Formats: sequence, structure tokens, C-alpha cells
Amino acid sequence: MRQNVRVSFDKRTVLRDSLSVAIPVGSYGLAFGAAAVSSGFSVLQSCVLSLFLFSGASQFAVVGVIGAGGGVVSAVATASLLGLRNMFYGFRNAPILKVRGFKKVASAQITIDESTGVSLLQEQRGVAAMRYGFYATGIAVFIFWNLFTLLGSLGAQAIGDPATFGLDAAVPAAFLGLVWPRLIDQRTRLAAAIAVMTALILTPFLPAGLPIIATVIIAIVMGWRAR
Amino acid sequence: MSELWIATLLASLFCFILKFLGFSMPESILNQPRIQRINSFIPIVLLSALVAVQTFGSKQNVIIDHRLAGVAAAAIALRLKASFPLMMLTAAIVSALVYRIA
Repeated sequence: MRQNVRVSFDKRTVLRDSLSVAIPVGSYGLAFGAAAVSSGFSVLQSCVLSLFLFSGASQFAVVGVIGAGGGVVSAVATASLLGLRNMFYGFRNAPILKVRGFKKVASAQITIDESTGVSLLQEQRGVAAMRYGFYATGIAVFIFWNLFTLLGSLGAQAIGDPATFGLDAAVPAAFLGLVWPRLIDQRTRLAAAIAVMTALILTPFLPAGLPIIATVIIAIVMGWRAR
Repeated sequence: MSELWIATLLASLFCFILKFLGFSMPESILNQPRIQRINSFIPIVLLSALVAVQTFGSKQNVIIDHRLAGVAAAAIALRLKASFPLMMLTAAIVSALVYRIA
């Protein structure tokens, strides 16, 4: 941080950034609610995941692994490994937010890709703008995500067989949409390709869920040495 | 308690603890370049593996069915820089059409 003094900034500009992220994320909540119910979760369980886990990729992983026949341990482990990145975000956000007590708990809960991303976008506008961007985005995404999870899960409950409405393809498409922006260079694309092959090769030999977790080894090997 | 509830609550608890740890962790651990590099690859490999298993997996088998058509359509939509909602809708419609025809 270059400076710690309060810099004036246009709240509307930051709020526009926040909402332009939060509204499309809401539609993802719709897909999550639908995916959760078509994987066998109840409407209440879908909503509990959105309220208390509140991290899209991890939530999709829980219902995806269970839906594919995986056990509780695999589902929780995959979700937690995907949740690791939120720990790194918190580490970046903590010095900017400087919060304690309940505010720390609440800030940690809304520490996700989107709130961190919008906060970092405001770096030029100063610390106050970063803080505003973090809370505006975190709170807006929280509201939209939970609302749309409820709608999506109620909708899927009414539909019945997920295949007739393409819901079974919407889940992998959601994962594809989450990984796509991360495939920025040859190394990341190579990692993705090896992960796809590894997971498919292991699928007939390991219980469901483990082939996914096994790909963490690829991350460790590829991240071990600087290129 | 049912397995689904255990998965729901444990995953929620662990993921919250990770978020909270980030706000409480001493600098030295997370600041290591190696840890950061590995961390940047973790979502890439896990999400890619999830795409693969959700597209081709059917219990312990690897099969090709209507889902592949849906995911391929999603990839084309992403390539054409479609928004996320549009991409998901494309995947669902194409997959449902192939499912009904086949």
C-alpha cells in the first residue's frame, strides 16, 4: 500500500464494479441450487451450503463429488482444497480491512474470488476504496447468491430428471466456466490437461472423488520449482 | 445425521476455518513463493478434474454421452467470450436436445 491516509473516491464507480460482478454471480447461484438438488441434496441443505460455506467452486465440488457417487470424506476434502485459496485472499485483505471480533468473522466469511478481485481493482483509488469495494461486492454477492440458490433449488425440485433439462451438463459447464479465466498461459493449460487425463485414467480404479483429489499432486509438482 | 448433512456441515466448517485462518496467520508461512505457486495451481487442477469427471464419469466408468455435447457447446461459448449465464444456458440446451434425440 502506497499510502494509508483516506483518499476520497467516487462510491458510485466502485459500486458499479461491485454490482457488475454480483449480478452475474447470482445466476450462477441458480445453477448451484439446481445442481445441488439434482445431486440429491435438499433445498435446505443447498441453502445452508450457500449461507455457511459461501464459496462457489467448493460448493459445486461438494454436490458434484457426492452426485458422482463419492463419499463424505472426498467431498469435504475437495471442497476444502478448493477453499484454500480463500485463505490466501484473507491474508491479502487483512492488512487493508484491519478488523477484529465479529467484523473479522463476517469479513472472513465474505472473502471470496469476487470480493477480493474487486477490492484489488481499486488499488489506484486508495485503501478506503479497496475496503468499500470489498464490502460492497462481498455483501452484494452474498445476497444474490443465496437468493438465487433458493430459487434454483426450488426450481430443480419441480423439474425432476436433471438430464431432460440439461442440468447434468450444466454442472461440468459451471466448473469449466470457473477454470477458464485461470488458463492464462501454457503452463496452466498443461496443468489442466494433465489433470483431466489423470482424473479419467484413475476413475475406473479408485472410489469416486479420489481421482479428483489425486490431481493435487500435479499442482505440487508443477508449483515446486520456479519455471 | 444423514451423510449429506455431514458433508454439508463439515465442508462449511472447514471452508470457514480456512477463510478465518487467512485473517489470522503470521506472514512468514503464506508468503513463501513455493507455497503461493502451488496454491495457484490447486484450483486449476481440481476444477479441470471436476470438469472431466462430471462430463465423462458414470459411477466407476468413463463414458461418452449427451453431457459431452453440452460441455463442448459451453467451451465454444466461452471461446466466443459469452457471459457465464449464456454459457450455462447453451450447455443445458444442447445437452437436453442431444439427450432427447438419442
